[in-house]
Amino acid sequence: MIDLDPLFLTFKLALLTTIILLLISIPFAYWLAYTQFKFKAVIETIVSLPLVLPPSVLGFYLLLAFSPENAFGKFCKHYFNTQFVFTFQGLLISSVLYSLPFMVHPLQTGFKSINKSLIEASYILGKSKITTLLKILLPNMRASLFTGIVLTFAHTIGEFGVVLMVGGNIPNKTRVVSIAIYDEVQSMNYHNANIYSIILLTFSFLILLSVYIFNHRSNNENLLQ
Amino acid sequence: MITFKTSKELNAATGKIMLDVDLEIKKGEFIALYGPSGSGKTTLLRILSGLDKPDLGYIKTDNHVWLDIENKINVIPQKRNIGFVFQHYALFPNMTVRENLLYALPQKHNEKIIEELLELMELSQLQHQDINILSGGQKQRVALARSLVQQAEILLLDEPFAALDNARRSKIQDYILKIHQQLNLTTILVSHDISEIYKMADTVLVIENGKIIKEGSPQEVFTNKKTSENIEVIAEILEIKKMGSNCIISILIGKTITEISKSENEVKELRLGDKISISLQSYQATINKL
Repeated sequence: MIDLDPLFLTFKLALLTTIILLLISIPFAYWLAYTQFKFKAVIETIVSLPLVLPPSVLGFYLLLAFSPENAFGKFCKHYFNTQFVFTFQGLLISSVLYSLPFMVHPLQTGFKSINKSLIEASYILGKSKITTLLKILLPNMRASLFTGIVLTFAHTIGEFGVVLMVGGNIPNKTRVVSIAIYDEVQSMNYHNANIYSIILLTFSFLILLSVYIFNHRSNNENLLQ
Repeated sequence: MITFKTSKELNAATGKIMLDVDLEIKKGEFIALYGPSGSGKTTLLRILSGLDKPDLGYIKTDNHVWLDIENKINVIPQKRNIGFVFQHYALFPNMTVRENLLYALPQKHNEKIIEELLELMELSQLQHQDINILSGGQKQRVALARSLVQQAEILLLDEPFAALDNARRSKIQDYILKIHQQLNLTTILVSHDISEIYKMADTVLVIENGKIIKEGSPQEVFTNKKTSENIEVIAEILEIKKMGSNCIISILIGKTITEISKSENEVKELRLGDKISISLQSYQATINKL
């Protein structure tokens, strides 16, 4: 029988990453969609970097940053008594950074797809920016929100390189499914590796299928179209 | 009273133009903006409502300064309390007809006004409908109703009647006029329809290339005194056919095609597509009610 803990840990990581990214990305993508900021292109490039970088590069730098030998790691250890290397918290922070473009891009496209006159009409009716965001913008970009949430969740589940670099392979703490598969193969347990893999394969297929079905029903622009 | 003096560079189809407007709008006045597309009419409404910022100038009302570029004052649209009907309606697609009106209702205001407006705009039957399935005319009525829910003191209307059929148009015009008078609103209407302006406005401003080129009552602005004994109609030449020593010219007046016969000499200078004016003596004109 396979160990189910890596599965639970993976879903916990994906769920928390998605929630945190959703909360961060709504204001951030809103700002990116409407700002005239001079160095917007630089910010957009940084957000997109995880799409092209080998995950081990990001993992490597995070490992250095989190290390108690270095400034950030020392600061966290000293003031918050927290260590990020080889812990679940460290994994979570890495996942948030690594999946950032998968949430920010669909939301940014969603904000841009909304006709400016709707926002103006809401302002004219005396509604604040926050009310307009919650009552007009977000409800009219449901497809983008759905795409962002699903892709972020799925992408976090598929992580390997960053997780391995920052988290290592500690059962119940940082041993997610992708690591477990690698580990099982290393130990020649192909049967177990196969079960984990089939679960991930089926799950990823269904999740992407749901995105395409949902988007075919809506006209909103998004990352996958 | 609103004192308004602004200039802003605009990108029109013909190149860059300067919108330069200096005007005073009295409380309770009904003003029509008339002029070709791209002359700056909509921008004027947008500046007044705070959606666009001019390069220079100020806007002052009786008690407030809404805009003063020099002193860096620019009151946000939310605080100007203006009703605005957008040319393309700008209805919220995630809400029903009724929800669109409810959204516009300021906090703690009575919902009674919503029932009244739904009834008046003949929208009661449609109130729970999805916005996206409405026809153009229905959307326009929802947009008008929504702009009246907040009961603002200033109402800006950007061609609000264009998609309505004649009967409804006339009825809603009457209603807007009634509300305008009852609530002592200050109303600014952008319109291309001279008869509509005649019916509704106290003052017409004719705008061309960003400047007000004529101002006055609709009668003063639109009546050409020199030809008051004559009726002048503008027509376009569609075809010139030779018939013996005469020529038959097919002309388009409004949406009607008519033929007139003239001597060859008279049509010598005319080409297809030319605009001509036809005058007839007003006392000889026969009129029929349609």
